[in-house]
Order: sequence, then structure tokens, then C-alpha cells
Amino acid sequence: MDTFVQQLINGLTIGAIYALIALGYTMVYGILRLINFAHGDIYMVGAFVGYFLSFQLGFATGPSLLGLSVVLVASMIAAALVGMAIERFAYRPLRKYARMTTLIAAIGVSLLIENLFVARLGAAPRAFPQLLSEQSYTLFGNAAISKSQILIFAVSVALMLLLQWVIFKTKVGTAMRAVSFNLNSAKLMGINTDFIISFTFALGSALAAAGGVLTAQYNPQIDPLMGILTGLKAFVAAVLGGIGNIPGAVLGGLLIGIAETFVVGYGQNVGIPSTFRDAVAFAILILVLLVRPSGLLGSTVQEKV
Amino acid sequence: MKRLLLSLLLIASLLFAFACERKGGPGAGGQTGPIIIGYYGDLTGRTSNFGQSTKAGVEMAAAEINKAGGINGRQITILSEDDEGRPEKAATVVTKLINQDRVVALLGEVASGNTLAAAPKAQAAKVPMISPSSTNPAVTQVGDYISRVCFIDPFQGAVMAKFAANTLKAKKAAIMLDFNSPYSRGLTEFFESSFKKLGGDIIDKQSYTQGDRDYKGQLTAIRSKNPDVIYVPGYYGEVGVIAKQAKQLGINVPLLGGDGWDSTQLWDLGGDSLNGDFISNHYSVDDPSPAIQKFVADYKARNGNVPDALAALGYDAMKVLADAIKRAGTTEGPQLKDAINATKGFVGVTGTISLDADRNAVKPAVVLKLQDKRYIYQETIYPEGMTAPAPAAPAAPATSNSSPGAAPASSPAASPAAKTGKAAPSPK
Repeated sequence: MDTFVQQLINGLTIGAIYALIALGYTMVYGILRLINFAHGDIYMVGAFVGYFLSFQLGFATGPSLLGLSVVLVASMIAAALVGMAIERFAYRPLRKYARMTTLIAAIGVSLLIENLFVARLGAAPRAFPQLLSEQSYTLFGNAAISKSQILIFAVSVALMLLLQWVIFKTKVGTAMRAVSFNLNSAKLMGINTDFIISFTFALGSALAAAGGVLTAQYNPQIDPLMGILTGLKAFVAAVLGGIGNIPGAVLGGLLIGIAETFVVGYGQNVGIPSTFRDAVAFAILILVLLVRPSGLLGSTVQEKV
Repeated sequence: MKRLLLSLLLIASLLFAFACERKGGPGAGGQTGPIIIGYYGDLTGRTSNFGQSTKAGVEMAAAEINKAGGINGRQITILSEDDEGRPEKAATVVTKLINQDRVVALLGEVASGNTLAAAPKAQAAKVPMISPSSTNPAVTQVGDYISRVCFIDPFQGAVMAKFAANTLKAKKAAIMLDFNSPYSRGLTEFFESSFKKLGGDIIDKQSYTQGDRDYKGQLTAIRSKNPDVIYVPGYYGEVGVIAKQAKQLGINVPLLGGDGWDSTQLWDLGGDSLNGDFISNHYSVDDPSPAIQKFVADYKARNGNVPDALAALGYDAMKVLADAIKRAGTTEGPQLKDAINATKGFVGVTGTISLDADRNAVKPAVVLKLQDKRYIYQETIYPEGMTAPAPAAPAAPATSNSSPGAAPASSPAASPAAKTGKAAPSPK
């Protein structure tokens, strides 16, 4: 029982990160019908911005909650700017062409970012400084939860609630929903669609960057290619939940995280080696596409933001 | 038609260029002028600490040899190539070093997987290759041009099994291995068989792959079985994180590892979580022998940090190669290979190096304890049939490794004198 609860906590931790990233995929898809393949790399950029800021601002010397908050917010802002720049220079000029063109551009941007980072910084993993003191708490007998895991849960839930508030309670959120219904009608209604699209990219990128910094507290190893696999799995999470659907992205992320951890934790008992952890996400993707192409929560076409 | 002619011309000229390239054959550059030696390693990839350390060791040895007048009056030039830690890239850069730069011999790699990819190229071109620190047995089985100056995994795995069973009195061990790494799989196999032979039980075996970001699933499964020790024969990048996440889960039994842990980045990743863990390694910087202390001081002066075992092995590999070139009196592949393979009783920093019939060095291993960013010497374990030279056995030192002025040194668990001549299963 302890072990089960522990595996659940482990799974939810990585699931929360997938969920944060999946939100960006799903929002951009909701608005532009574009799979932004560079999104996983924004997650990496966020982690690296956090890494350099920690050293620049002198927070790398020891754990401090102030340092962590500053680094987290600053890297979210930086990633938001990067996301907006990508949209402005790579996707907007192509928006009038076939959708496939933008998709290919997205793959190009992804490769560009990865290789720029490898060229400038090398592919060697770096150790992210510890901004949170190392401590674990036990619950339910033997199940342990570390401070970094609590941080991941707390911050990701807070960010998701904030996002929900932005989308449903603010003017810009209303505009986002309008654009996701129909871009041209929204434009006719006087909505500055370019701004809304930019804003959506900024929101999604900030969430991904938060995911990057949070992961780095949990697993302090960062490298320029860390966004590839994580990004792909977050994409699968978005599809699983129903792409374009925000609660779906969160649900999908958590499910993928749990599935992956359970494959590692229990798979061996039934003859599935733990190295299948990455395969399981994609197996789920194939199943979803076969059985329920619209995803778990994606059947109704209501709030595609 | 014109186009066709043009492209044919292009192809012809390319072929011609290649033909010219190969004309000299290996070992060209004749028997005068500088001796060109190729080094390849991971200088920018996931295991770049390995490649950089080894390179620093190789270059330091070459500089010393050159300063002393070179080999038979000829200077050494080291050409370095980066394989980014990828086997396919290792094969490519070694091909380049052989065909384009026409090196007389090769030094490299650290990771067995990369050496295994490059070795067939060297064997085919009849260019001798010395691996400083690849410990998987298959490496030298590629052919008679491939040798190494370090011990091999059957011995290294047995050393840790012995330490776990005899010194730590462990009965139940769990293993966490890097599934895709020949190094990790080799160590796992030999640790397992030796530990069982010593009366222990392997109660769980979990795997990960290089670049994984989360290890808690495996560690939770291991935790539920309550092992006395956990053997993690991986490389520093993953191991540092594994140690950290294990502590987060409340796992307080020691983790045991091999020479793949030895890197400064290990501490950046794992921090205090690594305290109390043990590794097997090639040498200890705390060894008071004058040769080792001179090497450590010189290396520090040159590179600004304490040499890890990989730097020491890189240094020894270069010195062994230089010694062989001197004895062979030529840099021709076949003669040079014979001279390298005949190396006997060469006194290096990492011990006395003699190559056996399989071109592996037969050397003792040391067990080190990790504590507050330092590797504290525990004991020396000798291969079967080899006894310690009485005065050369490292005494009980515990001087600072990387953080001078840190916590007071704890004394090693056992007196090394008592361990003298301790036999481990044969490294065959």
C-alpha cells in the first residue's frame, strides 16, 4: 500500500509537469489549429534561463525561497518573450499559407533552438543549483514526499487556477475564447487577433518555463535536448485529454505521468522492463487515436481555447 | 549531356582526392618529424567530464615527454577529436584520425560503448589503440591492436561484491543498472555472480536509460524490498540524480558504484545525498606514494583541479604508449602493437601495469567512501595471484580531495595492511 501511494505521488509529480507543458500545446492548437513543436524547447529554454539567472543573481550559493520565486518568475517572463518572438517571426508570416507550412516551420524552429543551444553551450548536462532545501516528509506510513514535489504540486495547481481565471474571467480571456471559435469572426468583431495569438503563445510559454524550472529542482540535470522527449509526451498528454481542451490537457498530463511511473514500478512483475516507460506514452497515443480520436474530454466542441 | 560530363568529372576528381588521401597509409609521416598520436573522447556530450579529464591527463604526459626530449629524439603531437559521447560519432572521428591525420596510434575512449564502436576501425587499419579506462571485457576482444591500461569489469564488479559482503556485511543487494550501457550491464553481471558466490542475495534489479529524468519509480520498487545495499553501476550524470532521489524517498542504505561515478559533476548533482556511498576506482589521490603525490601536484599546477582516476589513466596510457614506441624503435603498426602488448611491470600512477594475454592490465582496485565532496580511501583489493608490495600499500590517509579546509577527515574503516594480498576472483 505504501509503495502504491508512493508510486502515485511519483507519477503525479511528473504528470503535473507534463500537464503544465500540455497546456501550451492545447491552447495554441485551440486558437491556431497548430501543433507548436517548438513548445518542448521552450520548456528547456525556461530551465536554462533559470540556470543562468541563479548564477547571475547570486542565488546559486544556497537554498532560498526568495531566489526560487525570482528565478521562477523571471524565467517565465523570458520564455514568454521567446514564445512571442517565435510566433511573430516564424509563424505569423506563414499564417496565410496552408496549415502544413506552419507545422513544418514549427519543426524547423524546434531544431534551430536545440542546435543553437548545443552549439553555444554544448550538449553536456549541467547541474541546476539547488534553490530549495532538501527535505522529505512522510505520509501514509512510509510514503515520502519531498519539498521539491510539494513545490511542483503547489505551483502547478496555482498556475492552472490562474489560467482558468484568465480565460474565463478576464476580457482578454473572453477574446481568446472568441478567437478559438472563429478567428475571422473575432477579427470582424474588432478583436485584435494578432495580439490575442501573441498573448496565447506568451501564456503557454510561461507555463512551460515554469515546468522547466520546477523539474530542475526535482531533477537538477538540464541539457539542451531535455525538451524533446518531455515535449513529445506532453503533446501526447494534450491529445489524450482532447487537444484544444484545457482540463483535458491537465487530465492527460497526470494520466501519462502515472502510467509511466506504474510501468517502471510494476511493469517488471508482469514482464515489461522499465525501459518501456517512454514507449507507453506513445502506445497510449496510438490507442487514443484509434478508439477515441477526439480525446478523453474532447468530444464536445465547446471551449476550445 | 554537358551536365552529365560535369558530374562525372566531379566524381572522378573526388575519387582522385580520396586515392591521394590514402596513399600514405597508416604510420606515414615516416620515421622522422613529430609522432602524431590521436586522442578521441567525449568533450561536449553527456559524459564530457570523462573526456576532458582524460585529455588533460594525456596532454600532460605528452608535455612531460616532449620536455624530456621526446621519444628517440622525436616530439609528440596529440590530435584530439570530440565524439560527443556517441558511438557512431566515435567510429567516424577515429576513421578520420586514421585516414586523414594518419596517426600512428590512438588513445581513447572512456565509455566502453564508444570504444567498442571505434575499435574495429583501428583493428582494420592496423593502428594500435590503447583505451585508458574502458572496462568492459569485450573491448580488447575486438583484436590484437586493442589494449587497455585499466582493470576490467569482472574484476571491478567482484571488488564491489566482495566489499559489500565482507566489509559492509550486506546480505541483500538490489541493482539499478543503465540498460543500454555495456559498461553497466557488464558490471551488473559480475557483481551479481560474485555477490551470490559470497552468500548474498540479489533481491531486485531495476533499470533506467541514459538521459532519463525520473528514477523514483524504480527506487520506490527497490525500497519496498528493503535491501542492505544498492549497486548502481552507472555514469555520474544519472547517478548523482539517483542518489538525490533515493534520499528523498528515505532510502538510507549505501549506494555502491564503480569508476563511472568519478567526476566533479557528481557532487553538483547529488550533493550531500552521496555521503556514505562507496565506489571502486583505479587509484586514490590520497595515496601517499611519492609518484602519485608528484602527479597530483603537477596536475593541479597545470589544470587547477585534483586529477580524477580518468586523468590518471589518460596519463598512464600515454606513458605506456611512449614506452612502447621507444622499445619498438619504430611507429609502424605491427611492431608497435607487439611492443605495447609486451608491456610488463610498467610503473604508472595507477599502479604497476602489465598486460596479460588478453591485453588487459592486471591491477588492484581501491574502494573509496564518498563524504562531503571527498573520496576517502577505504581499502585496496587485489586480483587473484597478485599481492601488494608491502611498502606501496596506501596507508590510512584522508586528506582533502576537492574542498580544502572542510570537515575533519574520518579514518578509514580498515587498516590496509590487514587487507594485503586479499584475493578476488580471476579477471578472466
